[in-house]
Amino acid sequence: MENLYSLTAHALKELMKKDGLNPSKISEDVFGRIEAVDGRVKAIVRVNKSKFSNTKSSGKLSGIPILIKDNICVKDEETTCASKILEGFRPPYDATVVKKLEEAGAVLIGKANMDEFAFGSSCETSCYGPTKNPWDLGRIPGGSSGGSAAAVAADETILALGSDTGGSIRQPAALCGVVGLKPTYGRVSRYGLIAFASSLDQIGPITKDVEDAALLLGVIAGHDEMDSTSVDIPVPDYTKSLVKDVKGMRVGVPKEYFIKGIDKEVDEAVKKAIGLLKSLGAKVAEISLPHTEYAVSAYYIVGPAEASSNLARFDGVQYGLRADRPEDMIDMYVKTRSKGFGDEAKRRILLGTYCLSTGYYDAYYLKAQKIRTRIKEDFESAFKACDCIITPTTPSPAFKIGEKTNDPLSMYLSDIFTIPANLAGIPAISIPCGFSKDGLPIGLQILAKPFDEETIFRAAYTFEQSTEYHKRKPEL
Amino acid sequence: MSAYETVIGLEVHLQLATNTKAFCGCSTKFGAEPNSHACPVCLGFPGSLPVLNEQAFLFSVKVALALDCKIQGLVKFDRKNYYYPDLPKNFQISQYDMPLSYNGSLEITVKDKTRKRIRIKRVHLEEDAGKLIHPEGKPYSLVDYNRSGIPLLEIVTEPDINSPDEAYEYLTKLKSILEYLRVSDCDMEKGSLRCDANISIRPRGANKLGTKVELKNMNTFKGVRSALEYEAKRQESILEDKGEIAQETRLWNAEKQITTSMRTKEEAQDYRYFPEPDLVPFVVDKDLIRQARESLPELPEAKLNRFVKDFGLSEYDAGVLISQIDIADYFEECAKGYPNRKTISNWITGEVMAVLNDKFIGIKDLKLLPRGLTELLKMIDEGAVSGKMAKAIFAEAAETGADPKEIAEKRGLSQISDRKLIEEMAERVIKREMKTVNDYRAGKSNALAFLIGQIMKESRGKANPALASEILKSKLGGG
Repeated sequence: MENLYSLTAHALKELMKKDGLNPSKISEDVFGRIEAVDGRVKAIVRVNKSKFSNTKSSGKLSGIPILIKDNICVKDEETTCASKILEGFRPPYDATVVKKLEEAGAVLIGKANMDEFAFGSSCETSCYGPTKNPWDLGRIPGGSSGGSAAAVAADETILALGSDTGGSIRQPAALCGVVGLKPTYGRVSRYGLIAFASSLDQIGPITKDVEDAALLLGVIAGHDEMDSTSVDIPVPDYTKSLVKDVKGMRVGVPKEYFIKGIDKEVDEAVKKAIGLLKSLGAKVAEISLPHTEYAVSAYYIVGPAEASSNLARFDGVQYGLRADRPEDMIDMYVKTRSKGFGDEAKRRILLGTYCLSTGYYDAYYLKAQKIRTRIKEDFESAFKACDCIITPTTPSPAFKIGEKTNDPLSMYLSDIFTIPANLAGIPAISIPCGFSKDGLPIGLQILAKPFDEETIFRAAYTFEQSTEYHKRKPEL
Repeated sequence: MSAYETVIGLEVHLQLATNTKAFCGCSTKFGAEPNSHACPVCLGFPGSLPVLNEQAFLFSVKVALALDCKIQGLVKFDRKNYYYPDLPKNFQISQYDMPLSYNGSLEITVKDKTRKRIRIKRVHLEEDAGKLIHPEGKPYSLVDYNRSGIPLLEIVTEPDINSPDEAYEYLTKLKSILEYLRVSDCDMEKGSLRCDANISIRPRGANKLGTKVELKNMNTFKGVRSALEYEAKRQESILEDKGEIAQETRLWNAEKQITTSMRTKEEAQDYRYFPEPDLVPFVVDKDLIRQARESLPELPEAKLNRFVKDFGLSEYDAGVLISQIDIADYFEECAKGYPNRKTISNWITGEVMAVLNDKFIGIKDLKLLPRGLTELLKMIDEGAVSGKMAKAIFAEAAETGADPKEIAEKRGLSQISDRKLIEEMAERVIKREMKTVNDYRAGKSNALAFLIGQIMKESRGKANPALASEILKSKLGGG
């Protein structure tokens, strides 16, 4: 028999139902796997043995292990955002998604590594050190949800939660060869997600296949009165969208996404994938999203601006790190924040503070918001002519550890294809669509209208069930 | 008249008396154990999110309507960013470029009884900060977050106020309206109502406004007036000496009765306002505004007019009665049970308010209820007690809340109004005091008072003096 840890949630559910598989066997098996490989992958920052036995046996995810990104609050469990400044912080409350997972019977096995406060695309800004890509331990897993994606790829968990502000679920999912979905803004409650950029952040699933993503989204989605930005729209049964059929589906391919500088193997894999969908009956047409080129610039104003305000609370007054023997109040702030934040966090706080300052607000923040509106309008008009849009998830496969750490601009460009969905608030998934010559995974991004995750699942499921990429496993 | 004109704008911060805080479910009750009314949201814990309290919004709308403001069609919140340990998120949820309401006004009565319209620039909703406590001699400070997140309404005037007295009048009037709306306890001592002032002076007739100074730390309306008086003089003497007024924030020192510089313009903070992304802007429901408008209570102005018209009170008396909603209510309750409104008014503005001022209590804390007061007034009318006795009975009833009739009986304060008894006494007095009787008949005016005094003596002070006078006159004939 296959190892339990390598299976999907839906396969394990089947085994529990039909063969009477004891759910504690799954946890044990997963824990063994973590012990065997995490020393090399370093995807998990804290294993949580105490929560290994969720006794609720009737839920949709009963007995299924799930790894939580370390910026999502779990009551009384250390939650640090991979930052020194939150060392020892144990929130006295659960994030809404955590409550929902526990209700559904999921087993919360621990916390996943990430870029500090989700600032990064490589997991290298974590205060715990980088996570490695299971396909090539010399390479980055992507970020910021790099720990979640690497753990799923390395079979250290069955499911994982990530958060996506500019691509932080989809980019690492692509680079690790797994499925990652950023839901529509407002689809999943952000209560208990430690904010990076409140108007862009969204929690979403990272899984081994599309069916698991649909299953997990169905559990965590829904209106939450604790989050004013969550939207009160009924949650459909996403598993009903798992239909292997795209006949007549109108697929838009934006010309702005196939730019100079995109890796040749990525370009080929994505075009091949589009060809496959076409052969399965999808109506493919080229479309234009004319403001795409401004997305990264707008994002690096809106994101840091909100972050500079969201991160102001980490000041040493109430929780987390407080510098020793400050001379006075200001000194306490300065020393605590200087010591607690890493370079990238400081860079973004400075950038955001600058953009919001008197005299610069109109030129930067306001302008960025206008671009954001344009990008949203681009998608609105595109979706009049198509049901979904297909693009590469990333411009290249996983790069080497340390390759871009001294070049933030080139690092920022690795999110060039994922950022527009966050600015527009629309849902987008990344699924495996090929491998490079070096055996590195390549991701395909599928985007749809707000609250139309169903179309995404249908297209993604059809592609996945017609290919074998999702079945390939890294050798560890 | 001074060669300078004073220009003042006021900023009032009002804590709304909602059951729960502005963006979470914590209690707003004053005086609780430090940090006992706090949760992840009002402590600004990471991952927590604000949700607007509907009652806070409704209270704000009521105030806006009472001040004749326009209501914004779209309600939006902004973040005001600054670092201070009493501000748990290091930003305050407030409203910046789109205040909840704007362009209102409030009419005040100024010198020589003319009316003056003070324009209200904006009324906006925000959250209060916590409170720092500095234990004496300790190298640390403590923070109490009970106040953090209490809904706070900021009411800002245009610079339409031209003297410290006008400022005082505006504040008094505003407070009275706010009390009528029952949206706040308006208690400056508890900090539920706070006031900052902007003041500048300019040569009379000048168009350009002078450099403004912001005044903080005034804890009473009188303090606001004194601070403004001091500051106007200070600025005048600077201009007289050909000096330049610095744009700065100054603190009022009530003990020394002076203002001192707190920070200059250069030190002023850049608050980096931007839209609060955690609260979705929402369109104001027109029906809700209509309902709020319909549910507005009678405001002081209208009540004053009604008291004058319906109860025949003087404008002055009515003005005193309506100055506090609770006093006006007390009066109206009395008026239901006693026909002579002028008498009620006299008692409330006299005896009752004297007791309130004496004891520093509100009329709600007065033990003597309206029914007791009207009962006492009826006893006077019936001649059961004299005016003097009534005052003694009132004093005790105000203290204990006991029934005036019972007090009168217990203390033997009831008046003798039995005609036969007084006639007997009068006859004895007339026989005994023949000389004075003769004086009276000879036209000596104070003789009657002496004879009445003798009857009072006979009755140990209990005879009804009016009745005694009447009986004496009829027995002595003429007079």
